[in-house]
Amino acid sequence: MPLTWDSFKEGDALPELIKQPGVTQLVKYAAGGGDFNPLHHDFTFPQSKAIGSIIVHGRFKYAALGELVSNWLDHGGRIQNIACQYRGMDLPDQPMTLGGVVKRKWEEDGEKRAELELYVNNAKGKNTTPGTATVRFD
Amino acid sequence: MAEHLEIRDEWRAVVGVESPPWTHEVTTTSVRGFARGVGYSDLVYFDEAAAKAAGYRSLPCPPSYLGTPIFIPGQSSDTFSGPKDSGPSIDHGLPNLLDGGTETEYFDDICAGDTLTVTSKVSDLSIREGRSTGKMLIVTRETKVVNQDGKLVATQRGQGIFY
Repeated sequence: MPLTWDSFKEGDALPELIKQPGVTQLVKYAAGGGDFNPLHHDFTFPQSKAIGSIIVHGRFKYAALGELVSNWLDHGGRIQNIACQYRGMDLPDQPMTLGGVVKRKWEEDGEKRAELELYVNNAKGKNTTPGTATVRFD
Repeated sequence: MAEHLEIRDEWRAVVGVESPPWTHEVTTTSVRGFARGVGYSDLVYFDEAAAKAAGYRSLPCPPSYLGTPIFIPGQSSDTFSGPKDSGPSIDHGLPNLLDGGTETEYFDDICAGDTLTVTSKVSDLSIREGRSTGKMLIVTRETKVVNQDGKLVATQRGQGIFY
């Protein structure tokens, strides 16, 4: 059901999204997104060898935060702004827990908006990809 | 590892210079391909009837997807798929690249059937000390996305970290 303006409040948590992309999923993302940096699929690439593994695309995590927000909105509102920082690497086949909290909800010039704080927690509970989003409702 | 990295005048001269425009296509197949790559199960990104029922013209771009750059052998980057000519480059010689962060601002829906004209420019340069990487060059690039009606539909800012 599309999210409605009256159905959430500041402090609400978004339903969490679990992602555990394996190599095959990362290859699908490379094909869909066009990023064929070997660091994300080739274990023999020098940078992969130096790190000890291929790593999940930062942009995969960014897109997955987009999926988290999109799932929550269910097209009841639109994303106006979404941002994240890649603070830590994530490895394939490791579970990542994506979530968020409504930090602020307000009306301005007749527009209804909410600001979200987002996270991608790795298996150790470290937020490798903190983010924010602003969503609007008509 | 770079010990004495500093921003040179010829690098600074690149800041603000806009790239030639490049076309990005948004098609039903490209939207499905991206949504599949992320792992969506929301039918709005796969099924046109579901997209229309949700109020879109056609399959909408999932967040962060700004169409697929037209690929032309020789003119496109084999690795990143965008145009090789993204304006004047910074000849820093640093071999390793990490993605620092991304921000996208949307001004309208982007849907399958749209043809986007994309330009970008380096908007900022800075140097940061990494814990294990030594000095790193942070290049901020700003991208503007205009649709077939001449409307600015999105801007994106990204940080490349070179070390």
